[in-house]
Amino acid sequence: MHFDVFDRYHENESFVHRLDPRVKVVATVVFILSNALLPDGAWVAFGLSWLFLLLANLLSNLGLGFTFKRSLVALPFALIALTVLFSIPGNPLTSFHFLFWDFTITDAGLLRFVSILIRSWLSVQMAILLVAVARFPDLIHALEHLRVPSILTTIIAFLYRYLFVLADEVFRLMRARESRSAAAPGKRSGGSVAWRAGIVGHMAGQLFLRSYERSERVYNAMLARGYVGHMETIHPHELRRRDYITVALVLLVILFFQLVGRV
Amino acid sequence: MTTALQVHDLHFSYHDGLTALRGVSFQICEGDKVALVGPNGAGKSTLMLHLNGILHGQGEVNVGGKRLTRENLPAIRSMVGLVFQNPDDQLFSPTVFEDVAFGPLHMGLPMKEVETRVNAALDAVKMSGFRDRLSHHLSVGEKKRIAIATVLSMDPQILVLDEPSAGLDPRARRTLINLLRELPITMLVSTHDMRLVQELFPRTIVMDEGMIVADGRTNDILENETLLTAHGLEKP
Amino acid sequence: MLYSPEPLHIPDGFLSLTVSIICWVISALTISVAVSRSNKALGERQIPLMGIMAAFLFAAQMINFPVAGGTSGHLLGGALAAITLGPWAGMLVMTAVISVQALLLQDGGLLVMGANILNMGLITAAIGYGLYRSVSTGSRTLKLTVAGIAAWLSVMGGALFTSLQLWLSGTSQLQVVIPAMLGVHALIGLGEALITVAALSFIFQTRPDLLGKNSESAMGSRGWVVAGVLISLAVILLSPFASADPDGLERVAGDLGFLAQGSDAPYQILPDYTVPFLGETALSTIIAGMIGAAVVGVIIVLLGQAMKAKS
Repeated sequence: MHFDVFDRYHENESFVHRLDPRVKVVATVVFILSNALLPDGAWVAFGLSWLFLLLANLLSNLGLGFTFKRSLVALPFALIALTVLFSIPGNPLTSFHFLFWDFTITDAGLLRFVSILIRSWLSVQMAILLVAVARFPDLIHALEHLRVPSILTTIIAFLYRYLFVLADEVFRLMRARESRSAAAPGKRSGGSVAWRAGIVGHMAGQLFLRSYERSERVYNAMLARGYVGHMETIHPHELRRRDYITVALVLLVILFFQLVGRV
Repeated sequence: MTTALQVHDLHFSYHDGLTALRGVSFQICEGDKVALVGPNGAGKSTLMLHLNGILHGQGEVNVGGKRLTRENLPAIRSMVGLVFQNPDDQLFSPTVFEDVAFGPLHMGLPMKEVETRVNAALDAVKMSGFRDRLSHHLSVGEKKRIAIATVLSMDPQILVLDEPSAGLDPRARRTLINLLRELPITMLVSTHDMRLVQELFPRTIVMDEGMIVADGRTNDILENETLLTAHGLEKP
Repeated sequence: MLYSPEPLHIPDGFLSLTVSIICWVISALTISVAVSRSNKALGERQIPLMGIMAAFLFAAQMINFPVAGGTSGHLLGGALAAITLGPWAGMLVMTAVISVQALLLQDGGLLVMGANILNMGLITAAIGYGLYRSVSTGSRTLKLTVAGIAAWLSVMGGALFTSLQLWLSGTSQLQVVIPAMLGVHALIGLGEALITVAALSFIFQTRPDLLGKNSESAMGSRGWVVAGVLISLAVILLSPFASADPDGLERVAGDLGFLAQGSDAPYQILPDYTVPFLGETALSTIIAGMIGAAVVGVIIVLLGQAMKAKS
């Protein structure tokens, strides 16, 4: 089955790829934080942030347009912010009439709306880049290093490990359902929405039981190899000079963006 | 002799570039029972998924004289009964009855007709007493037969089975063989079980690397040692 | 893309930092309690069970069914997770799912993950389990009915909290976002209810022991009923009130100083080198300066480490 849905990692030789995963996680979080801290309308700072993003793309040997091409997925959510166009008091830019309401877009509203979109667009691209340049298991290690409780990171590790197995089962269940989703001539096919939802529920219940019983087998296998209740984690990553320097530089650059944004 | 299934020059490549089918062509007549053999990776399962439109390649697939297109997929699916290798994938309802009823229910048939069909299908696979049993609790052999019933209840013209005898103990396998022998329906069965092929299927199609390398009488093919060895097969 | 962003997964950029942080704090506290409580209940089985069940939930969310006009419905799963695994384990499992969705698929932002976990993992589990637990001694039909209602309410609860967060961040207007979110999710909630009930019914039929007296499901204390009922009440009461009198709610929030006002960038944490809650005093300037110095100090330390470390 096509597992590339969950495998976002792009194998490559690049400066960014060779950085410690902790650095990549911290850089991503700091970048997103920086976007959140920049005030509305800080166009220069946003522009600089975008250049930083492009540079990161370049240094990952993934091509300048890598994250851009994948960034448009999150945009539908922008609809939720549309109301700011009209709700923030300011100088009116344009008005129109829809049904029984008059809508006026103000300059302050437009400023805010575009700022929200830019922040979101920049942040999601950095997140896209993160999983492209770091293997997911390494990201989990990075989280452990960064003091995320090991219970959570171990659960996430198991999730990742068995996700493919279960996704495969889901695909095959849906495929089997599709194979029996036929139509007879002259009859309305498909059943009611409620019936279809019920079928999904049955499939979920079926999957639940299989997963539950599989977890019992996995637990037994772990016991057989000496498991006593907590996972020993290995820390295969060591910070090198280039990691420290990169983090320091990133912090400086972000700080600079913040200053520029407030001038 | 009407044509139940006709495949003409079928080509297909997966997303990751792997070419699975390189110009597959063959014909099956009504009433034929045909075995599909070949090493793993030959493209047998991929081919089968084209027969009810789950995969779409370049080329033609005709079922019962109808050309397979996106528009008539739902109709085609009532004509081609595809049974997957792992019965767990097919049985997703709590009781046997509901699983076998899914197909006819989806087709919008009235409840009485659904009942008739379910009973007939369970009869055909010799599992009439299992109506109210929980699919989850059945043995592998029983599940496989129920899986066949889930497809028979749709009254298909051709039954396509992927590795039906895989994972069965000798007794369950024998039951399955008898069942397949008695079902009066056109059949295309993919299998590694060469003794099954010899016992049940007068005609065999051999596939390797996405192409059909032999198509003819089973006895002839099984005598051709060179052919068998060349494609990873063994004489039973 | 088979996995489509749900309306409840908030991306980065749509919540103010203040709202994000508050949600993170609530989520982090709840999760740490969940970690210790589920440890006690499940013992060493905890990790493989929850890990694989998290994978199950993730995968189950991918199963869809056509609703109408090209749209499809699927499961969110917070209520189901809590009912089948117990409230704390359910919350942990949902947390894992939501964080992997954000990290791996960028479905939901990283900085706003605290809010997403709260909305989709914690609120849904609390409502789902709390209501279900109240009929734990009832008949199967009663349990299934309540589970259905609980599932619907859990989705509405998640939607309500999401709307409130968006409003408090100054991203959306209350009178638009509440009816829009709640309206859409009233329908999605129906799908959730149907799927949850069907899934539970399947489990009741095939392995009732998993939902019986000695199962994880029954481990939660009766306190959950109180929590679940309270939150549900809040959802039921607040939603129509908010839709009907959004100005009232805005006024209250404005008086209490919650609301980000107009174009004052709600995203400024240290505007003009002062710390917000201390106001413009010498003290706040000093503190702002100290924070800046600390950041620079960290940088210097890091550079020092770099010098020492081998390359």
